[in-house]
Amino acid sequence: MVLILLILIPLLTGILSFAVKGDGAKALALVSSMVTLAVSAYVSGANYIAPVTFTHSWIPVLGSQFSLLADGMSSMLCLLTGIVVMVVMIVNVNKEAEKPGAFYGFMLLSQAGLMGVFLASDALLFYVFWEIALIPVYFLCSRWGGEKRIPVTFKFFIYTFVGSLMMLAGLIYLSMQIPLHTSYSWSDITRAGAALPAETQRWLFWLLFIAFAIKMPIFPFHTWQPDTYEQAPTAVTIILSALMVKMGLYAVLRWLLPVLPAGVAYWSDTVVVLSIIGIVYASCIAMVQTDIKRLIAYSSIAHMSLMCAAAFSHSYIGMHGVMVQMFNHGINITGIWVMVSIIENRWGTRDMTKLGGMATVAPAMAIALVVISLANIGLPLTNGFVGEFMLYLGLFSGTSPWHIAFMVVAGSGVILGAVYTLNMIQKTAYGAVTKMVIAKDMSANEYIGVAIIISLVIFLGVYPKPLLDLTAGIAGMIVK
Amino acid sequence: MNAIIATTVFGVIMMFAGIWVSNKNSITAIAAILFAVLLGVNIWDLVHASDNAPQLLFSNMLRIEHNSLWFNTLMTGCTLLYILLMGKEIQKVGLHVAEYFALIFFILCGLYLLSTYNNMLMLFIGIEILSIPQYILAGSDKRNLKSSEASLKYFLMGAFSTGILLMGITLLYGASRTFNIMEMAGVLHSDSLNPLALAGIIFIMIALSFKVSAAPMHMWTPDVYDGSPTAFTAFMATVVKAGAFFAFMRLFQVSFGNLSNHWMLVLAIITAATLLVGNVTAVFQQSVKRMLAYSSIAQAGFMLFAVLAGNAAAWNAIFIYAVAYSIATIGVFSVLIKLKDYTYDGFNGLAKKEPLLAFVTTIFLFSLAGIPLTGGFMAKYFVLLAVVQQGQLMWLVIFALLMAAISVYYYFRVIIAMYFKTGTPELNSAVTAGDKLMLVITCILVLVLGIFPQLFLI
Repeated sequence: MVLILLILIPLLTGILSFAVKGDGAKALALVSSMVTLAVSAYVSGANYIAPVTFTHSWIPVLGSQFSLLADGMSSMLCLLTGIVVMVVMIVNVNKEAEKPGAFYGFMLLSQAGLMGVFLASDALLFYVFWEIALIPVYFLCSRWGGEKRIPVTFKFFIYTFVGSLMMLAGLIYLSMQIPLHTSYSWSDITRAGAALPAETQRWLFWLLFIAFAIKMPIFPFHTWQPDTYEQAPTAVTIILSALMVKMGLYAVLRWLLPVLPAGVAYWSDTVVVLSIIGIVYASCIAMVQTDIKRLIAYSSIAHMSLMCAAAFSHSYIGMHGVMVQMFNHGINITGIWVMVSIIENRWGTRDMTKLGGMATVAPAMAIALVVISLANIGLPLTNGFVGEFMLYLGLFSGTSPWHIAFMVVAGSGVILGAVYTLNMIQKTAYGAVTKMVIAKDMSANEYIGVAIIISLVIFLGVYPKPLLDLTAGIAGMIVK
Repeated sequence: MNAIIATTVFGVIMMFAGIWVSNKNSITAIAAILFAVLLGVNIWDLVHASDNAPQLLFSNMLRIEHNSLWFNTLMTGCTLLYILLMGKEIQKVGLHVAEYFALIFFILCGLYLLSTYNNMLMLFIGIEILSIPQYILAGSDKRNLKSSEASLKYFLMGAFSTGILLMGITLLYGASRTFNIMEMAGVLHSDSLNPLALAGIIFIMIALSFKVSAAPMHMWTPDVYDGSPTAFTAFMATVVKAGAFFAFMRLFQVSFGNLSNHWMLVLAIITAATLLVGNVTAVFQQSVKRMLAYSSIAQAGFMLFAVLAGNAAAWNAIFIYAVAYSIATIGVFSVLIKLKDYTYDGFNGLAKKEPLLAFVTTIFLFSLAGIPLTGGFMAKYFVLLAVVQQGQLMWLVIFALLMAAISVYYYFRVIIAMYFKTGTPELNSAVTAGDKLMLVITCILVLVLGIFPQLFLI
């Protein structure tokens, strides 16, 4: 019963928010996100004892049920969703948006969709939430985004929609393999999929994988991503990069790896190669960017590709690393976007060539930027290190005959990541002082938001055990 | 059975109402009440029909089954919704308002015959009763040349396709010595199929493809839908088309179901062509009304899937699809008709001026595009499910999904115009509270259909 609250609270407050005018919408969104976080923390806590489930009949004709399941992976991602949305709401307290009621309403609706995606254990329900999470983001980007927002968002929408339709075909095909077609539950789909002949699994794999690859995004399906991140309002970019791309990876772990084992085994080297191309390619492009938002967008492609590569490495430590890194990457990228939005607000530009001297004029801001950026490149004692270390270890101990080559080439991502991140720090925090449009350091609400991020960065970097324990069981189950 | 008699009587009553009642509003009110009564009669028929034994009527001419009655009820419900949404606009089309309603009653009579026919002759009569009133409705805006053109074009093409239908029936009679569709199924065998029968089946397929505007027999559709008064286009493109589909499916499942290996590929190619032509051409339209005409071709492609699948799941699919598509299209048309400018630019800035209108239009377009939680998604889902279950046409399923992705482009252009572009759309008349209430009800129906589709199944 508690699981349905995770979807209902943001859904209902989101709908309510459309009717609220002015600052009331902000307050409503903040309170709603705090309550949702509290519930998701409770669910994660309960998970150390036993997974939480909820089932109710939905469409008996199809055998589809409204069934939710929060195991280690799901509850961790719900917790991440709760934290990220709350931080966004806290940081946005002093921001002015046109029509705040609609803006926060759409934000909360997308949170409801995301929660649904992470919790659904029925294939049809999963698909419904997968689409529902997208619609509010479409409106958010098209209404409140940058100059080129309409064509860019349209491209993003059509891209992901094509992917989802492919997935729909795959899911229908899978559900047809269940005797009597009476169920869409995860366990039945998994059983039916695993029993399929290897040839069928091989083509079915692509129907599902293309949808997930577009979402993550994996080279060559990534072209929507930098434009969309750049044009979307920063609050939405956070939702996109910290949470929505995780939908793709989560879907791979939940609805692909266990469902089509033979197909995955056949194609995993291909996917790892695509991912590694993505790492090197995106890192190289990130190095020559001058717009911070685009730089982070490309670095995000590299990080997601690394996680995808490890997910297909068939090693326990890699799988466990993917789980941990999904959480850590969500936290770190949120922190970076928050810093970028503060910089943009104070200097009026995101162009690195026009920035500089932050450490002199706004020291607190500079310290926060440095800490979060270092966590993003995986410095020891930050949370990024724990995840990235496990990912590389997993790639290295993978079952593929080329695992060493994979490891070596993917490893260049660490160096390239350090290059562009340190370059960014140097150009924004140090160097000649440039004129600020609004000359002040971080405000109180920004302090709180950044403090939450940094304390998580340090805490999980020093003591990652709670996170590791939460996801150990499910990682083992997927690899097996 | 009662419904067939009731709709005929009501049609006659409406014709006379035009003589005695001169106030247009009263005529519309009378019509709305009669349609509500007709819905009641349909529900009465449905409740009192025995579940298992089909009822044979008029020397085996009609065979009333449970799903025929259910389909009739759903379609009458859609017609009532259409009258309530569009009643005022129908009044504005021309002088003889009562006749228009009478013609719609006669169309429903044809639809009831098409859902219950047990004999090729009744199929023919049903199609004629369904079509002839439409020719008149298409030309009802007499001062408009495009309307007259639409009427003539529709009439010529309709007559032509009816000829082909008759030819097909004749050939089939020659091969099977019966007009009865149940007996025909027993006489025709797949492994020793008479070439006459095969030719007959293909002729009938082509004739029915004309009626449901499947490519390459779709050429009349855009001109007719564009030229006809918008109030009647909304009806022709939805309920009428759904009725033709039901007839199509009934014949190809009952009579030719066992022969599917002979006609399956032809129909699959027609389906693919329909999806391609409808979706790709819709992208290039500048007028929303014309776009909706092509979109109706595209949606017909999806409904053909139900005919192709021809299994038990296909019946569920055709119910959900017919209702979801009809409600959403009638909804979009009822918003479109309020605008002066039918181009995409005419929608610019509608969200600022009439937020509710823009919101409901968005939901209707979501439904047409097949976004989850709307009826359109469940409709597409049930249809695809039926085909995948049938098992041979996975390539067509994937092709159809790619086409559905294209459809997002032209449906969302309207949403972009309404929400993200600036402009001041000109309305024909003020939107009254009654209009808003009806639109909200329609919108809720679309959502209910998307969340609890089982409510619309037997």
